[in-house]
Amino acid sequence: MKEAEDIPVISVKNMYKKFGNFIANDNLNFHVKKGEIFGFLGANGAGKTTAIKVLCGLSKPTSGTINVAGYDVYTQTEEIKRNIGYMSQKFSLYEDLTVEENFRFFTGIYRVHRKEIKLRMKSSLNEAGLWEFRKRLVSSLPLGWKQKLAFSLATFHKPRIVFLDEPTSGVDPIARRSFWEQIYKATQNGTTVFVTTHYMDEAEYCNRVSVMEQGKIVALDNPSELKKQYNVNNMFDLFLKIVR
Amino acid sequence: MIDANSISKQYNGTAALKNISFQVEEGELFGFIGPDGAGKSSLFRILTSLLLPDSGQVKIFGFNVVDDYKHIRKITGYMPGRFSLYSDLSVEENLEFFATVFGTTIKENYHIIRNVYNQIEPFKKRRAGKLSGGMKQKLALSCALIHNPKLLVLDEPTTGVDAVSRKEFWELLKDLKKNGITIVISTPYMDEAQLCDRVALIQHGEILSVDKPGNIIRNYNRVVYSVKADNMYELLKDLRGFPETLHAYAFGDVIHYTCKNDSLDAENIVLYLENKQHSSIEVNIITPDIEDIFIDLMQSKNNQ
Repeated sequence: MKEAEDIPVISVKNMYKKFGNFIANDNLNFHVKKGEIFGFLGANGAGKTTAIKVLCGLSKPTSGTINVAGYDVYTQTEEIKRNIGYMSQKFSLYEDLTVEENFRFFTGIYRVHRKEIKLRMKSSLNEAGLWEFRKRLVSSLPLGWKQKLAFSLATFHKPRIVFLDEPTSGVDPIARRSFWEQIYKATQNGTTVFVTTHYMDEAEYCNRVSVMEQGKIVALDNPSELKKQYNVNNMFDLFLKIVR
Repeated sequence: MIDANSISKQYNGTAALKNISFQVEEGELFGFIGPDGAGKSSLFRILTSLLLPDSGQVKIFGFNVVDDYKHIRKITGYMPGRFSLYSDLSVEENLEFFATVFGTTIKENYHIIRNVYNQIEPFKKRRAGKLSGGMKQKLALSCALIHNPKLLVLDEPTTGVDAVSRKEFWELLKDLKKNGITIVISTPYMDEAQLCDRVALIQHGEILSVDKPGNIIRNYNRVVYSVKADNMYELLKDLRGFPETLHAYAFGDVIHYTCKNDSLDAENIVLYLENKQHSSIEVNIITPDIEDIFIDLMQSKNNQ
C-alpha cells in the first residue's frame, strides 16, 4: 500500500452536532490525509451517518471548524459537493435504468462534460468489467456488479474524496475483495477514501481507522497500532472490546 | 422436521432455486450461508408458505407447505429480510397486533419472548420507525416469536448490523434454542457459519455443501497458507502472478493463499517472494475458514 501523503483533505476540530438535547456528534477531532483509506467504524446509532452528512455538506454542524477538500462546511457546501463522490449501500443506482443510462445520468449530475463522458465511459466500464453489459437494466445485475458500477460513478468526476457508506454489505466474498482492489487502485491516483463497514476484516485494509461510540471517537490509529494498544489479535475483537 | 425435496423456482426464466433438497432436524440451528442473490429469500418464502415453488415439495412436521399452509403459518415464525413492522405503531402496539392476529396475548406468551423483549421494553411507547437498527431487529424477532412457533425462519437478521449487535443477536438465538425451537437462518456473513449446528453454503440457487461447519473445514482437502509482507498490495499482485497459484485473497491483515495441486511448500513461496524483492515475508499453514472454502467452491463452480 502506498503511504498517504501528509496533507489533510478533511480536517475536523471540535465538531458538535446536536438534535435538541441529544448529542449525536460529541466533540469530534480528526483529520484525513490525501490518498488515505480512512475507516470510520462504530456501532449502529453511534453517530457515523450524522458525521458523514456534515462532511458531505448535507447538514450543518452545531459548532466546530470543519474543512473538506479545502472548503468550509458552513459556507461552501456546493464546492464540497463538487469535489467529493458518495456511494451508499442503500441507494446508489436507478434499478430501472440500464448501466449506460445510469452512467450518463450520474456523471451528468456531477457536471462532467458530455464529450468527456463519451470519451471515458468505455474505459471506465471496461475497468469495472461491465462494458458488455451496458445495455442491461441495473435491476438484473448481481449486487457485487452494482456496487462496482456505483463506485465507478462516484469516482468518475475525479473527486478528491470519495465517501463509501457500507459499500460491501451482503456482497459475495470474491466480489467484496475485488471491490477493495478497486478502492486501492483509486487511492494510487491520490483519491482519498472515507469508508464505513461492518466487516471487521475490511477494517484491516484501511490505513487508519476511527471507532465511534455514543457520539465520540474513542479510538483512532492504524490497525496494527490499535491491536497492539488493546492487546487483541484482530479488528473484530478490538471492536468488541471497545464498543461493549 | 423440515424435509425439502427438489425445489425449483424461476422468475421470468431466471432460475432462483435449482433443484434444492435438504433436511433440518428438530431443535437444530440451521444456517444458509451465501451472498445477496443466492436464492435464500426465495427459499425462505417457500418454507413459510408465502411463495409457491415451480416444482418440488417441502414438508414441515409432515405438513405440506402448499396444501397445509394454514397449519404451517401457525407453527412457523418468520422474520423477513426487510423491516416489515408498522413504523407508525409503537413497539408495544406492533407486538400486540401480531399476538392478536395469532389469537394470543403478550401476557400469555411473555415467557417465550422475555429475553428478547426485555431489551426493548423500556422503549415500548416509542414508534417502531424511530428505533435503532439493533432494536428494530429485536422487535421483529419478538413479533415472530409471539405465537410460540415450533420453527423460526430468520432471513438475514444481521445484515447491515454492527459486529457487537450481531454477536448479541446470536446469543439470543442460542438461548431460544435451549427451549427446543428449531431455527433456520440465512446470512451473508461467513463468520456466522461457526455459530450454526449445520450450514448449507448456497450460491446461484444451488447448495454447494451441507454439513456441520467443523466437518466442512476438516474435509477441505487443500492446504491454506497465510502470507504477509511489508507491501501487501504488491504482495497480492505478485502472488496472483505466480503460475502455481490457485487463489490469493486478502483476509484482514494477511493474504490467504492456495496453490494448484498443493505442488508447493512454504519454502517455495518464500523463495519466490524474495526474488520479487519482498521484505518481512511470513508464510504459515493455517486452518481454513468457511470463507476460504466458499471462495473455492464458487470458483470451481464458475469454471465448470
